[in-house]
Amino acid sequence: MIAYLGRRLIQSVLILLGISLITFALLYLLPADPVRQIAGRSATPATVESIRRQLGLDQPFLVQYGRYLWNLLHGDLGRSYIQRSEVAQLIVARLPATLLLMVGAIVCELAIGLTMGVVAAVRRGSNTDQSLMVASFIGVSAPQFVVGLLLLYVFAVRLSWFPIGGYGTFSHLVLPSLTVGILGAGWYARMMRSSMIDVLRQDYIRTARAKGLARVTVLMRHALPNAILPIIAMIGIDIGILMGGIVVVESVFGWPGIGQLVWQAIQRVDIPIIMGITLVSAFAIVLGNFLADIIAPFIDPRIKLR
Amino acid sequence: MSSPVAPELPVQESPITRPRPGVLRKLAQRPLALIGLVIVALVVGGALLAPWLTNFGPNDQTFDGLTLSGEPLPPNATFWLGTDLLGRDLFTRILYGARTSLIIGIVANGIALLIGTLVGVIAGYFRGWVGSVLMRFTDLMMAFPALLLAICLAAVFQPSLWIVALVIALVNWVQTARVMYTQTSSLAEREFIDAERTIGAGSPRILFRHILPHLLPTIIVWGTLGISTTVLLEATLSYLGIGVQPPTPSWGNIIFENQTYFQAAPWLVFFPGIAILALALAFNLIGDALRDILDPTQQGR
Amino acid sequence: MKRLLTSTVAASALALMLAMSASAQAEERDPNAKTGGDIIITYKDDVATLDPAIGYDWQNWSMIKSLFDGLMDYEAGTTTLRPDLAESYEISEDGQTFTFKLRKGVKFHNGREMTAEDVKYSIDRVVDPKTQSPGQGFFASIKGYDEAAEGKADGVSGITVVDPYTIKFELTRPDATFLHVMAINFSHVVPKEEVEKYGADFGKNPVGTGAFKLGEWTLGQRVVFEKNPDYWNKGLPYLDKITFEIGQEPIVALLRLQKGEIDVPGDGIPPAKFQEVMNDPEQKARVVEGGQLHTGYVTMNVNVPPFDNVKVRQAVNMAINKDRIVQLINNRAVPANQPLPPSMPGYAKDYKGYAYDPAKAKELLAEAGQADGFETELYVMNTDPNPRIAQGIQQDLAAIGIKANIQALAQANVIAAGGEKEGAPMIWSGGMAWIADFPDPSNFYGPILGCGGAVPGGWNWSWYCNEDLDKQAEAADSIVDPAKAEERNKMWSDIYVKIMEDAPWAPVFNEQRFTLKSSRMGGADNLYVDPVHIPVNYDHVYVNDVQ
Repeated sequence: MIAYLGRRLIQSVLILLGISLITFALLYLLPADPVRQIAGRSATPATVESIRRQLGLDQPFLVQYGRYLWNLLHGDLGRSYIQRSEVAQLIVARLPATLLLMVGAIVCELAIGLTMGVVAAVRRGSNTDQSLMVASFIGVSAPQFVVGLLLLYVFAVRLSWFPIGGYGTFSHLVLPSLTVGILGAGWYARMMRSSMIDVLRQDYIRTARAKGLARVTVLMRHALPNAILPIIAMIGIDIGILMGGIVVVESVFGWPGIGQLVWQAIQRVDIPIIMGITLVSAFAIVLGNFLADIIAPFIDPRIKLR
Repeated sequence: MSSPVAPELPVQESPITRPRPGVLRKLAQRPLALIGLVIVALVVGGALLAPWLTNFGPNDQTFDGLTLSGEPLPPNATFWLGTDLLGRDLFTRILYGARTSLIIGIVANGIALLIGTLVGVIAGYFRGWVGSVLMRFTDLMMAFPALLLAICLAAVFQPSLWIVALVIALVNWVQTARVMYTQTSSLAEREFIDAERTIGAGSPRILFRHILPHLLPTIIVWGTLGISTTVLLEATLSYLGIGVQPPTPSWGNIIFENQTYFQAAPWLVFFPGIAILALALAFNLIGDALRDILDPTQQGR
Repeated sequence: MKRLLTSTVAASALALMLAMSASAQAEERDPNAKTGGDIIITYKDDVATLDPAIGYDWQNWSMIKSLFDGLMDYEAGTTTLRPDLAESYEISEDGQTFTFKLRKGVKFHNGREMTAEDVKYSIDRVVDPKTQSPGQGFFASIKGYDEAAEGKADGVSGITVVDPYTIKFELTRPDATFLHVMAINFSHVVPKEEVEKYGADFGKNPVGTGAFKLGEWTLGQRVVFEKNPDYWNKGLPYLDKITFEIGQEPIVALLRLQKGEIDVPGDGIPPAKFQEVMNDPEQKARVVEGGQLHTGYVTMNVNVPPFDNVKVRQAVNMAINKDRIVQLINNRAVPANQPLPPSMPGYAKDYKGYAYDPAKAKELLAEAGQADGFETELYVMNTDPNPRIAQGIQQDLAAIGIKANIQALAQANVIAAGGEKEGAPMIWSGGMAWIADFPDPSNFYGPILGCGGAVPGGWNWSWYCNEDLDKQAEAADSIVDPAKAEERNKMWSDIYVKIMEDAPWAPVFNEQRFTLKSSRMGGADNLYVDPVHIPVNYDHVYVNDVQ
């Protein structure tokens, strides 16, 4: 176990290192000059060059990357070129909003997805099952910006049930979470359905039934807990997909998270922010996968850590 | 933007089916797949016949398509689905937009499938340090925030239709590689491959005669599901304004260009949005049915 | 020649015209103004920094003006210069020495009195390359600038503290724009001790002499300004508090305004709602319209054939249907025919420009040997409405045979392409367009049309360089004598008209501002479309519903 954890840890660090290298290289190749964004439109060439020198952007690629890594090792993500604040501070200020959105999304996708999956499994083969599975396909096929805009139109503009955008209260959270959650819900519905069908086939369920326990009791007390276990590990893997949605969903709803921050940064080649957020997202994804792997054997003893 | 529809196929342990004739017939027997096929046929038909289906060109900024204060028109007799913010016919834009979605869906997904299969098969068959390096790289790409990678790539290469396809392929090959790797490595351990080796068959022969044919069902399934992912990613990039360049219509950039008006003119988001959803859904339905047909281990689920 | 004026009517403007010395007059106050109350303003984008040496964005420009003061400012809602932290100033006869007498008793938010040392420190700081200020270049006419800007000298030698309340600037050439330079944010006065205390984070912890001080700042969400009770300009500000809510989409902001939750949506009325608002008499009454010191234009790179041929450039000017482009943005602009916007001094009112005439344009193309048209690229920033406007232009160009492929890219990529000698044949300036730093005609020339900007990495995207005009521009800017202001403006008019003959740009429109405010907001209309304190002059507006 310890050896496994150690190996996974080293692997994770290497993955993050690789991601930082690739992103840094891409940003280095970008046909845009961050210095001119800093220097502004009235700057003389001399000013531009002096800023370039101070930021070390006149150095060869490897030197720049080496410096970045060195600072990173010391916990320093650098300073934003445009906002001139510590990148870490900017990310920390916006991370709670993104995390809140992700939690909301996970709640939505589990609530919707698991319910759909259980109902479909119990009613296996029926029209209900068919319709639910079609619905789950629609969920995974719907582009998030379209879902977001349509939800906004129907529930905020037409019906005024929710605010049109913004941040702060629970009602602000509902539509964005739902938008991110719908995609995952389709996915969980399908997994939950097959997991539930597997469990319902097991002997102990038949035994329980045979003992005359009520159908609902069997379902809730025996089948559900066992069927849900494999799903839990999936939440870790899910983080990557949730992360993929935040740039779009935060921009549709004006949600003040890191998705908006990175999008503003991309417009103005604010490299330290782009690097910082890429690394933070990658870290979340790696961590999610890591946790999913560790939890797996506890849930399903057949899985061994290798 | 990985495709959540298709959790990895389990390694096939039981008799591996080759794609048999009649797959299409079997597909047509499944109602959901049939819906998918019909949608795809409609989209392909619309894309090919676009010039005959509408009186407008995709980029015609009509004089009477805008109000004097520059607002788009709702659906009416002349402009069936209304007009966009430049006074262009939305129906025509959506028809021609289908071309963009299909071209990118097929080209980008083709490249992604090629890269993914190559990486997966090489890593799975040869193992050793080559395999390790390839798979570690694949792991790395799995942990990359996909949309951020696509955005960075799109910013480095200034986007055109083909560049967008390439960017999407560079992001989307990873899942395929993982699946191909798992399948190939389990195949490579099987007795009949060992037998081939002992009788002195070379790697190319084994790969092409034995491994690839066995992988074909997976390739077909992933190829179909992948188009759906690709269509969605193209739409998203175009929606962010970094996809296909204007004035080439794409369902995503139609929404991008018009979304500031979505409250006053919801049809500008609704119709292209439905188009994206329908096409992605169609390929998902077909892909899922194909998986059931081609992969007996999954049957009955 | 020291003659102080005491007239109260447009004192400084008159002073500028009659003598080369002026002093501050008591500002007129709005007799209806009420003191107290708070308001909420919204913006979509982050407030990047409130450091006057750094901030150069739409939203922080005016915020900084309310936290800090410079030696000079403008009459509220106008483009008329007046002394601000300076009590009076004198200009030497050769126009190369400016001496400012400071007000006494002006205090920073931390309680310390502001002195001439602080003024010198603030400008030295902007020029110091370590500050990385985008405003460094504005001070280039001060003696000793080069050494300081290159980091070879500590401070700018041409700035001398005569006594705690007197500061003297010696210039290397007469500079008619210098008083404007003393009014831009980059020359606002900061206290050394606070800058040193916060270092690079001063922009998040601003301390100035302004009408407001920073109350609270929650990154990405909210910035709160509180009234500075010790503000030297007695009676101002009227408001007790301003809350800026950040990250609010314009559409959300508008709906919240309609519900009475906010007072001014800082990013204006979103396009989709514009007609609705303007068709509703009640809401329309609360809309203030005003000109903006802005021009949207298409640059044509004179290094890239066939744009090296003036006839081709003129043809493009005639091919663009500006009325239709204006229609595409809901008529929220006026068609432009020259680089300067109409509200800028020096605007050539009688100049007619190139009328929309595709037939004539085709003829010109044919004369230039391009009868069959040609293919080129039009760069544009990829945020709405710019790709749409570019497509409108594209269709107009197609009508005369020019096939312009659109490259819609992130702002930074477009700017980079424009700064390459043969990088971008055409650029639509929208989103990156020139909004004047100060209301002077020279501000539209140097970096964007002069030879100085036609360098790699420069902002002169047409790479137009006319040395004769550079000389004329220099001559115009050395007319410091306010009595000759009209003559100077005329010189600038002539320069821009001459530029239009060479047609390196196709000016397309001048944006109009439409500010919507809540019914409780008071103050003259021009405060809400202030040409300098963009978008709202926070110091002078007030609310009507306080006791």
